[in-house]
Amino acid sequence: MASITLGIAALVAIQSFGENLKENFKQQSKELMGSDFLIVSNHPPTPKVQTIIDSLGGADAQEINFPSMAAFPKRGATKLVLVRGIKGGFPFYGTLETNPASAAKNYQSEGGALVDATLMLQFNLKQGDSVKIGLVTLPIIGSISSGPGSTGISASVAPPVYIPYELIEKTGLIQTGSRIEYKDYFVTNPEPDYILLAKKLDPILDAENADLDTHESTGRQLGRRYDNFGKFLNLVAFVALLLGCVGVASSVHIYIKEKLTSIAVLKCLGATRKQTFLIYLLQIAGMGLIGGILGTLIGLGLQQLFPLILQDFLPIQLITSFAIRPLIIGPLLGLIMSVLFALSPLLGTWYVSPLQVLRIQEGVSKKTRKANLFIFTIILCFLLVFSFWLLKNIWYAMGFVAGIVVVFSILTGIAVLFMRIIKKYFPTSWGFTARQSLLNLYRPNNQTLVLLLSIGVGSFLISTLYFTKDILLAKTSLESSQDTPNLILMDVQTNQTDSVAQTIRSSGLKVVDNIPIVTMRMQSINGRSVNDIRQDTSRTGNKWILNHEFRVTYRDSLIDSETLASGTWNPLFEKGAAIPISLSDNVARDAQVVEGDTLVFNIQGVLMTTVVASIRIVDWGRMQMNFSVIFPTKVLENAPQFHILTTNVPNEKSSATLQKVLVRQFPTVSIIDIRQLLKMVEDILDKIAWVINFMAFFSILTGIIVLFGSVRNSKYQRIKESVLLRTLGAKAKQILRISALEYIYLGILGSGMGLLLSLFGSQLLAIFVFKTAFSPSWIPFIVFVPGITLLVLAIGLANSRSVLNSPPLEVLRKEGG
Amino acid sequence: MTKILNVNNLGKSYTSGSKKLTVLEDISFAVDTGATFAIVGPSGSGKTTLLGLCAGLDAPDIGTVSLCGIEINTLDEDQRAQLRNLKVGFIFQNFQLLPTLTALENVTVPLELQGEKNARKVGLELLEKVGLADRSHHYPSQLSGGEQQRVALARAFSNKPAILFADEPTGNLDAETGEKVIELLFDLNKEAGTTLIIVTHDYDLASRTQRILKLRGGKILSDQLMNTL
Repeated sequence: MASITLGIAALVAIQSFGENLKENFKQQSKELMGSDFLIVSNHPPTPKVQTIIDSLGGADAQEINFPSMAAFPKRGATKLVLVRGIKGGFPFYGTLETNPASAAKNYQSEGGALVDATLMLQFNLKQGDSVKIGLVTLPIIGSISSGPGSTGISASVAPPVYIPYELIEKTGLIQTGSRIEYKDYFVTNPEPDYILLAKKLDPILDAENADLDTHESTGRQLGRRYDNFGKFLNLVAFVALLLGCVGVASSVHIYIKEKLTSIAVLKCLGATRKQTFLIYLLQIAGMGLIGGILGTLIGLGLQQLFPLILQDFLPIQLITSFAIRPLIIGPLLGLIMSVLFALSPLLGTWYVSPLQVLRIQEGVSKKTRKANLFIFTIILCFLLVFSFWLLKNIWYAMGFVAGIVVVFSILTGIAVLFMRIIKKYFPTSWGFTARQSLLNLYRPNNQTLVLLLSIGVGSFLISTLYFTKDILLAKTSLESSQDTPNLILMDVQTNQTDSVAQTIRSSGLKVVDNIPIVTMRMQSINGRSVNDIRQDTSRTGNKWILNHEFRVTYRDSLIDSETLASGTWNPLFEKGAAIPISLSDNVARDAQVVEGDTLVFNIQGVLMTTVVASIRIVDWGRMQMNFSVIFPTKVLENAPQFHILTTNVPNEKSSATLQKVLVRQFPTVSIIDIRQLLKMVEDILDKIAWVINFMAFFSILTGIIVLFGSVRNSKYQRIKESVLLRTLGAKAKQILRISALEYIYLGILGSGMGLLLSLFGSQLLAIFVFKTAFSPSWIPFIVFVPGITLLVLAIGLANSRSVLNSPPLEVLRKEGG
Repeated sequence: MTKILNVNNLGKSYTSGSKKLTVLEDISFAVDTGATFAIVGPSGSGKTTLLGLCAGLDAPDIGTVSLCGIEINTLDEDQRAQLRNLKVGFIFQNFQLLPTLTALENVTVPLELQGEKNARKVGLELLEKVGLADRSHHYPSQLSGGEQQRVALARAFSNKPAILFADEPTGNLDAETGEKVIELLFDLNKEAGTTLIIVTHDYDLASRTQRILKLRGGKILSDQLMNTL
């Protein structure tokens, strides 16, 4: 019962938390956005957009935001921040929490800045210190502890700095290539019909490269994003429950086997098959229901922990309440799962003959086999239905169930194969205790398979999570060579390029790359204007292509992260003909174009006709400047452009020194320190891994409970054996060694099997999902296998204490008068 | 004649709930080396408890047991196990074979526990003697009751015990098979010169020993040599 309880607890906790999150997002969607709706674009409102804004009664608040370097002269520090220039009473919902509280109201009128509280703490900044953004220096009049829509994670990459809207222009940071967002916030009373509003405004705004976001759609989108994570956690919890169910099936199997004679006696005395079956079915159902209720109660308690663990990822304050659905699902699931998984062993009561009283009958009848097959089919159907309910996608559900069946089958297969190999090539030369412990794996009513399954699945889960983290980190890790850039200077204007490069060189460093960037949008695809394509509801291509502002470069050679998939790279072209360009495979796919197709780009008002000459496969995971569209040289050189310069700094100190010099001389240049970024990525992955490990822990805990149960199930058999050995003269040490070795075999075999399977799974993940090479670290082998083995050994021996302490006469007394 | 087993004022009781149940009370007797000896009595008379105490499988509440000249009350559990391993053989009503071991492996367990290198050879010889040489690789579940008890017999003699305790050795066998097993037991015993102590409620079997100790209600009812019974 305990094994089912934990699985249910994990599932109910996640379910309940998910429901709460959805409800919270719905309730706090206005606080998330800070207004009822907004219009956003990355250029100032066009006349058409301005007309719409005016028709809506004018914006209630305006914002211009962009990432930029901020300098804190007093501390001599610099940091990439998100500059938010605000005009008006934003946020209209929720609060901008500042210290002092009055700063949130006064910063606009006083011309001061609000700086992220963590950043203030990091650089030991005080109220009254100054911050320099571009060409403007402002006093810091308060720190921001929380604002609408920001999470701990996003704030750690580029912490927000709020300044008055009017000062944005003066910063001098609004220039070619700047990644700027213009937002117009609206508050309406009564609220409009958002669906109708979107239907009316979206086409016009799309044509102007602007978007309408309503608080409802933002809340929904965020909810969906967290929903995906929740679905994954749900599956991990479901695996824990399944593992518990395997434990139930095994315990019931042994329980029923012990009761078969009693059942046969009952049948001799006239009990019908239905009666005997129901006696045990009701017992199991009752236990499942109680397990489910207990699990639900524990789960409801557990969900209080989730906000603490996940707060960094959540943009809202989570208020937990008791959702009805998980309250019903928990007990129901306990009941159904325990009955389903107990059905096969329970069948034993149905088919047992009254003759069993007189003579023990072995073997499985044809009828039992058919019935077992039927039950297995029902279980699979239930798993499919339940996974579908969790995932809301039949293909994913089928994939999940197939995955479960494959993992369980492989683990079972390996276990069975291993046992056969041991039997066939039994190490007869080993000492008695070692041989006896190996033989114990086959004892009657042995739990070897169940134990190997639970240990194996648990190890599989933990090591796969570990390896996945390995793959992700390896993919983002930097090579230590001097030619690998680790400091990226963005938004370098063409006229600044030489002097920025000179500054880098004078610090004794090398300019690794100098990449020109030209921004452009698609105007037409194969002669059809993007506006026309937007209206076409039958088109299946991905629409982001139509609205996206492409950052394009030009060069005449491929780089490390690119491989040519098709076409000709950098062909010669004649002046006046279409310009041959190269697309990344994802853009070609989403734009539904192939080689030879024609694309017209709008480069800040100038239309340029291009032809797709080649398609490249780009490894976006590489820490490199990758591009989806590449022009040949001698075309864009005179177009308005900016540059990205990269360099390699040997250590943090020289990075900080260079950043300080650069920000002082070129305040408009943004600098990204890749090493710092990687550290953040690692931190984020660590946090995510923590959450996942927390769920995987349930599988492990369930495995441990199954382990406890299995050891207990075979306890009498163990007592009998050890008493017999004791009677024949075995010392306590010998018996202890036999038990210990048995658990060591189980631990090594189970965890080893799980680890090997996880290696295989991770290899597949690396090849097919992450598309990268996978070189596993040794930690799982060095830590997990011995760790899990020791755990199994400790649990096994703790449970075997009474076996060792049983006086030899006990068995004799049980057996005779 | 030297005494291999000396029992003095032995008493044993168990607590069942709040009740104290006296199983054995004031039991004293001694057994000569090489003798055959039977403990008889109805169910619940304390036969098996007495056998357990004599073989050092449990400790008495009062009184002493001396086995092969060693006061077993003074030994700890491991020392008693060692004594059993070197000097004692057992036969049980329910055979008590290890189900995971073959017939041969079951026979060699006491020798294996001693670390004896020749265990296999000795085991095969003993199986030959009990007529099961061709079944040496069979598991207990593949053997009949009579065959299992013959394997148990071979095991009991494998460590060349000085004394052999048999608890209802024919209790689970039909008359014909039981008879064969008993003949084998006495033959092997005679050949090895082992002291034999049989616990039984079968007077016919008991009458084949040299001396019978009769128990009732945990007390000795009579202790007689066979010709005076």
